[in-house]
Amino acid sequence: MATPSDLFCHQLIRRFGNHPAVDGISLDVPAGTFFSILGPSGCGKTTLLRLLAGFDRPDEGDIYIRGERMNRVPPNHRPVNMVFQHLALFPTMSVGDNIAYGLKRQRVPAARRRQRVEQVLEQVGLPGLSGRMPSELSGGQRQRVALARCLVLEPTLLLLDEPLGALDLKLREQMKVELKHLQKQFGTTFVYITHDQSEAMVMSDQVAVMKDGRFDQVAAPEELYREPATAFVAGFVGDNNRLRGQVVSVSGDRAQLRLTGGAIVEGRLAAPLEPGASADLYVRPESLVLSDGEVAEGLSRCRASVRTTLFDGANSRVETDIGGEPVFARLPQHGSAPSLSAGDSLQLAWEPDRARVFGAATP
Amino acid sequence: MRSLMQQPFRTAVLVLVWGWLLFLVLAPNLLVVGASVATRDPVSFISLPLNLDAYRQLFDPLYLEVFLHSLYMAAMTTLVCLLIGYPFAWALSRVPGRRQLLLIFLLIVPFWTNSLVRTYALKLLLATNGLLNSALLGLGWIDEPLKMLYTEGAVVIGLVYLLLPFMILPLYSVFDDLRQELLLASHDLGAGRVATFFHVIVPLTLPGVLAGVMLVLLPAMGLFFVPDILGGSRNLLVGNVIKNQFLDARNWPFGAAASIVLTITMAFLMFAHKLSKQRIGEDGV
Repeated sequence: MATPSDLFCHQLIRRFGNHPAVDGISLDVPAGTFFSILGPSGCGKTTLLRLLAGFDRPDEGDIYIRGERMNRVPPNHRPVNMVFQHLALFPTMSVGDNIAYGLKRQRVPAARRRQRVEQVLEQVGLPGLSGRMPSELSGGQRQRVALARCLVLEPTLLLLDEPLGALDLKLREQMKVELKHLQKQFGTTFVYITHDQSEAMVMSDQVAVMKDGRFDQVAAPEELYREPATAFVAGFVGDNNRLRGQVVSVSGDRAQLRLTGGAIVEGRLAAPLEPGASADLYVRPESLVLSDGEVAEGLSRCRASVRTTLFDGANSRVETDIGGEPVFARLPQHGSAPSLSAGDSLQLAWEPDRARVFGAATP
Repeated sequence: MRSLMQQPFRTAVLVLVWGWLLFLVLAPNLLVVGASVATRDPVSFISLPLNLDAYRQLFDPLYLEVFLHSLYMAAMTTLVCLLIGYPFAWALSRVPGRRQLLLIFLLIVPFWTNSLVRTYALKLLLATNGLLNSALLGLGWIDEPLKMLYTEGAVVIGLVYLLLPFMILPLYSVFDDLRQELLLASHDLGAGRVATFFHVIVPLTLPGVLAGVMLVLLPAMGLFFVPDILGGSRNLLVGNVIKNQFLDARNWPFGAAASIVLTITMAFLMFAHKLSKQRIGEDGV
């Protein structure tokens, strides 16, 4: 028999009044995985995390941790620890006492406790700081103490509730990389919730995109980016352009759309659609080729007019207009870029396989 | 000087504040200090030479006993206030929004009535043929009226009644600041309710406890009208001693010395309070 997953949930439902905040979530997280739950605020991800931590109980469904049913187990008896959004370090205790708190509850002898605290501080890169008070630490240091406080207990599962939100941009970028390294180093299974798609993409082995209490798609970051399963995922994960239109013909997994402005464009269908259906074509800025004349055979193309150029180093883009809707295209980094000024007309072209067509959401 | 003239508002505020502190705080206190080291004089109240007789008199077994009894009643009052106020403030901080405001308002309403009047009202309740005894007799729970008035208990009840809000309000403020996340974190790290209470809640609410104790213990030693009305002649507070020295016995140096000892006690407690705050840190991360 295979070893059970670190976390397995089956059809979890949690309602508040008539509103299901978590609406039939199933998930399976193998040991040692960095698993992220990505979704906009209000999608139910915090409720889900509270169910996993044991602060709340599901109305329906089951939670298994390493094969053991956890539904009725209180938080202090679950092999699960949580890094809180505001970290929740105890302000009256030193760093060492904060980290030793859980060990003390497990009645680990004092000498062993001190040894474990020093060891875990070393592992998170804060050796010798056990005597400091949390108020004397920088934001990044507190972050690591909060992690150490959980990791010292060697939980099966570490839950993280957007802990990077309070950090400034530069530190956040740094902590992303560091969290990923720490996860690999400890080998602990991380369940990380965030509304920041870049955090989820950079750190995770698997990402679940959550919307209205359900998972839209669970996949590796790259698959999520290249093969979004729904229009919501396409729009939420990474930058994307949306062109609205109507299906005129379908061949295989390709569909041709007539845009509102009249142009005919082509993309790959995410799900079968009939001709005549309203549909949205999503194409990423880096998939668009700019040209003012000929384009290679086989590319789908569309005329656009330049609104403005946005210089941002390697991430420079041009904002164009197709039938009144803004479309962003990545500016090439080599010398072949056509010179652009507002009002210029140009041609945007793309590989039809790199554009995704979804049925338009019924409003 | 020119800058002072150019900022009349700033100047006016500074003059007002410093004037207030100098003439209404510093000067009277210095007068009290002066009086405490003077010699008692039946005609002019105080006279030279300066000496420490008044302070020596404080250690007279008679007054020491009054002081200790006063301290005992004040301590009982503080303890009762803490035992009632701590869970009360905790519960109050968990009441949702508008109802919480209403309850705080109700807590403050009694202050609109003079405390002397309220103490007399309490006397009517506790008297031998008062409301409480009548009710108990009427219910048949007791056969003869209980002696409640003019006891130590009556004084403590009166003091608790008057001072309880001063315990609840600072406690409420620390409970209100107590972040739910910290309690969850404690639970998450393996602590049960009891461990969370003693290791997380108590240390975090300690500043409120100290503030409440300070606001109750010291006034409790000084509220002389409570024993006057409810306590009879045996249950005196330091406040009664001080009042008697100034108004009846005409021994100003002794009254002043007793005041100063009381003030120093208060300063000491405030200092302890400040230390505890520093230890916890300002931003309470």
